[in-house]
Amino acid sequence: MTIIDTHVGASTHAQGTGSAFVVSVGQWITSSDHKKIGRLFIGTSLLSALLAAVLGLLFGLERISPAHMQIFDGDATTQLFSLYQFALVFGVLAPLFVGIAIAVVPTQLGARAVAFPRVAQFGFWAWLFGALMVDISIIGNGGPGGGATDLVDLYLLGVALAAVGLLAGSLCVATSVLTARAPGMTLDRIPAFSWSALIGSIATLLSLPVMIGTIIYVYVDHTHAQLIFGGNKGIDSFLGWSLSQPMTFVFVIMALGVLAEVAPVTARTEQPLRPIVLAGIGIISTAVLGTVTQSSHILDWAGTNSDKVKSTLLHSLFNGLPLLGMLIVVLLSLLCLKVGTPRVTASFALSLLGALMIIVGVLGNGLYNLKPASLDGTVFSEGTVLYLVYGGLLSALGALSHWAPLLWGRVIDNTKLLGLALVGLLGTILASFPLYIAGFADQPANTVMGFDYDGPVALWNVLTGLGHALIVLTVLGFVGLLIDAVRNGASVSQEASA
Amino acid sequence: MTIALPAAPAQAPRRQILVATAMVSAAAFMLIVGMIAMWLKFRAGAPTRDSSDGLKIIKDWMPANVTIPEVAANVMLTTFPVGALMAQWAAYSAKRNDSSHRSLALAISFIIGLAIVNAQVAVYSQMDIGLADGQFQTMFYAITGTMLLLVAGGMVFSLVAFFRSVGGRDNDTDVVNAHALYWYFLTAAFSVVWFVVYVQK
Repeated sequence: MTIIDTHVGASTHAQGTGSAFVVSVGQWITSSDHKKIGRLFIGTSLLSALLAAVLGLLFGLERISPAHMQIFDGDATTQLFSLYQFALVFGVLAPLFVGIAIAVVPTQLGARAVAFPRVAQFGFWAWLFGALMVDISIIGNGGPGGGATDLVDLYLLGVALAAVGLLAGSLCVATSVLTARAPGMTLDRIPAFSWSALIGSIATLLSLPVMIGTIIYVYVDHTHAQLIFGGNKGIDSFLGWSLSQPMTFVFVIMALGVLAEVAPVTARTEQPLRPIVLAGIGIISTAVLGTVTQSSHILDWAGTNSDKVKSTLLHSLFNGLPLLGMLIVVLLSLLCLKVGTPRVTASFALSLLGALMIIVGVLGNGLYNLKPASLDGTVFSEGTVLYLVYGGLLSALGALSHWAPLLWGRVIDNTKLLGLALVGLLGTILASFPLYIAGFADQPANTVMGFDYDGPVALWNVLTGLGHALIVLTVLGFVGLLIDAVRNGASVSQEASA
Repeated sequence: MTIALPAAPAQAPRRQILVATAMVSAAAFMLIVGMIAMWLKFRAGAPTRDSSDGLKIIKDWMPANVTIPEVAANVMLTTFPVGALMAQWAAYSAKRNDSSHRSLALAISFIIGLAIVNAQVAVYSQMDIGLADGQFQTMFYAITGTMLLLVAGGMVFSLVAFFRSVGGRDNDTDVVNAHALYWYFLTAAFSVVWFVVYVQK
């Protein structure tokens, strides 16, 4: 018999002749084990979270005194804002949940591996190199609005490559859910997180190609003609939608799946009205309508009654439906607590707080798209993104603590993690909410100097910077607790016997 | 000593390649439709001016000296369904374990891919426009070039399926069905590109 295929985990058993460290690194780099690929995504996303939060902290500091304090010069600010937005959405939110899904979903389905593990491996490396290309191009003055034309091309390629990587990961997750379920596990019986992973992955597969199509146009124009898309300066106006709402709604679908998964476990009961929870997760995916049309639809009360009705309907469809889905999931998850006998667990606290922060972000986006509120072009939009991204981050930390026994074989200290959840909540609110207020005071978006308004400019921006600092603390604290658990923590069997 | 039964064999995935191809096709269709939407937006936003006799309004989108070779474009449109038909023939043969017809059909679908590339090159050659000549030209090359890349993907798929077929993988119906699905997607995607870019211009 001729063996044509090698086992997917074969590369992880390489016999190294060098040091154990080199062998270990080699195994991680070439591994097609879904848990390792997932953990690579998760670890790198947490690093990106640190980068984004540090940038947010620096922007907060610089905005304290727009007239006097200057950390970055004008050109650098524009590009660093692009890096900040890219790191938040494509560096943290999207890959974190793709990574968790790759690591967890196959085990929930009873499958030995994720579908196409080498495609998932390619997905991680494509995303990582894409993200690094974006970082390098911006450092070299090549981001949107940058002066180094060649590096602007590199930026565009980097964004496209990162998107391709995320698409590859999403493809593997969705295919796993559809084809690799254990016998008898029909789609309506799969765990809520796997359901949300399916919905989120399909939504990503339908949304990101539209962004890649735009990048193709912009890249071809930028490298050859620079006639259509405004050269270096025009990139943000054509790609900016992919780094804000409603694109972020697509990436937080799995965050709601985490809550729907963790709540019944915490309450030690079956999920009441489970089909409605699954439908709620499905309703969130209507955000795809907004991403593929690159719009959120502004609610404008001008014009005839017909115009008003049309405007209200579109606004409700694009902003209200995802919110409705999220509310269904959160309310029914809370119903679990009423029906069951709940314990206080950090994973539930993190996932619930994360989901609530996400809902505040979605509500904020609905408000942002009200024309009478006149919030367009203000920092309000940045506050919305931060609510969604940091809310998603809290949910992801909840997921990681919930599945730590599965991923690392250890249980993370619940009490310390509960404290960290409160720090994370405070960090999210402080980083985002002052920007909501500053948005109403007309503080302009994506700039750190040359603005002034009636009100405590310094206070709002000090609070924002503090919020980012607390997020840094939360991420570092979580990593510290995880390392401590892996080194000294209770193993799964010890925890079960206790 | 604990005596335990060995683990059950792993559950065979169900039509994994077909399902993945369906999703890749859906994603690629969104890519093309998104690009078409951008094309329509820029075409609608192109500046207008009165003709020299003042009787007509001219939209400055496709330059007057540019002619799209409709024969080559129409030949491409009719060639795509033939490629899909050959891919379906391969799927039909695979279902009946007819390896020779399966391999033949896959080889023909690859050759049809080559013919489509040839026709696209002919379109470029006959139009004789530069990529940086203007808005229409740049967007024309971007969208047709993307379509060409998707066709190249189809050709690679045909080639891989062909070699698997001649290599004796007689139970490879999943791959051959997925290959047929991809060619159907290519036909649908090019139909949209043909109507918007080559007919409506």
